[in-house]
Amino acid sequence: MLQKMYDWIDERVDITPLWRDIADHEVPEHVNPAHHFSAFVYCFGGLTFFVTVIQVLSGMFLTMYYVPDIENAWRSVYYLQTEVAHGQIVRGMHHWGASVVIVMLFLHTLRVFFQGAYKKPRELNWMVGVLIFFVMLALGLTGYLLPWDNKAYFATVVTLQIAEGVPFIGEMAKTLLNGDPSIVGAQTLARFFAIHVFFLPAALFVLMGIHFIMIRKQGISGPL
Amino acid sequence: MKKGKGMKFVGDSRVTADKQKFIPKDYSEYPGRTEAFWPNFLLKEWLVGAVFIVGFLCLTVAHPAPLEKLADPTDTAYLPLPDWYFLFLYQLLKYKFASASYFVLGAIVIPGLAFGALFLAPFLDKGKERRPHKRPVATSLMILSFVAVFWLTYEAAAHVDWEAKAENNKPEPPSTVEIDTSHPGYAAYENSCLQCHGGELEGGPAAPSLIGIERSVDEIKDIAVNGIGNMPPDQFQGTEEELQQLAEFIVSVNEQE
Repeated sequence: MLQKMYDWIDERVDITPLWRDIADHEVPEHVNPAHHFSAFVYCFGGLTFFVTVIQVLSGMFLTMYYVPDIENAWRSVYYLQTEVAHGQIVRGMHHWGASVVIVMLFLHTLRVFFQGAYKKPRELNWMVGVLIFFVMLALGLTGYLLPWDNKAYFATVVTLQIAEGVPFIGEMAKTLLNGDPSIVGAQTLARFFAIHVFFLPAALFVLMGIHFIMIRKQGISGPL
Repeated sequence: MKKGKGMKFVGDSRVTADKQKFIPKDYSEYPGRTEAFWPNFLLKEWLVGAVFIVGFLCLTVAHPAPLEKLADPTDTAYLPLPDWYFLFLYQLLKYKFASASYFVLGAIVIPGLAFGALFLAPFLDKGKERRPHKRPVATSLMILSFVAVFWLTYEAAAHVDWEAKAENNKPEPPSTVEIDTSHPGYAAYENSCLQCHGGELEGGPAAPSLIGIERSVDEIKDIAVNGIGNMPPDQFQGTEEELQQLAEFIVSVNEQE
């Protein structure tokens, strides 16, 4: 039945090459923890992706309750936390996932660095990876504001002051993020929400796509 | 890829009609003990993922995500802190060589050099050698940066009383009462009580909230005139009728609960 469905689709859109790229490949011995336990260091990249998936899914569920305006943002998070069934768990997953994904990304970066896996021909993939790291940090920064509680508000004020201190473009960068040259308020929350939910995830998905396609093209770096 | 004359397509599409069998590459092409990704290795990854998510869910259940009070821009005593992974930058900006007139050095130049070097690592470390001890400069710089980031984070976090900070900023349930400003007692409230007890009876630094109290009209009248605890007497100014309306107003707000 499944095979027939597969063949029916394959005849029309030729998905076999796609399937091969995703699933039909060999896992070399030196990255397989079943053969060498120390190869668990190769798990960090995959776990980063796994936590990213958790972040995307839990974030999608959070937007079912979250209201991005200064009157209701905190109230909606409080309501989610106290009244909604499993709301605390979903928000907890998103909150802790944000930390765990940074830890995993950090460990993955250290693994690649110390193994010298960024050397020719993988220079471009390393740079894409560092960009993913920056996007993740930016996601953490913008997401921190959204509950609109004291720590969110004051951390954002400090962040914007730092942005303002950048020579030449500081003022413009601050206004771009803040929505206003001086007031941290309704506009700021709306902008951070848009950046956190639309702009940065879009950038993240593009970069992750490039990252994975390049891994598939180049293969995992060989043993040391 | 096959191309040229004689190829058959499905309908008028670009999908080729003559299918080749779905044959995985031969294992012998790869050195060592390889394993097929699908389904053998994926099953193991699945198991690792399952163990990981169980641990992760235990963390979220044991430590609910923190939420502080609703943002209050007038709270000047609040100590702003970023999330833990930005603490090292926050700490760097506290040092004399990286703040005030050296702000650009601390906020832009140092982090810019560090992250720029990370981004361009493949072009700074171009040698063929991959093993860490064969490229001492790259390895020692990374270890040094790691220690610096770790130490800065520790310095930033160690001087904060996290428990007291959480305790002082506990979320307060949002008030669900509506203040009926057309109530006859509201004018008296505005004149005599609002300054300390707040526009929505929410209380303030000098006086407690008047929401959620369980006092009768007579008790409230007595407190308004004679005071209670830290509240001095004779706070109420007005007629006996206004006093009655005031007490009824406060009770009516509390009855909404």
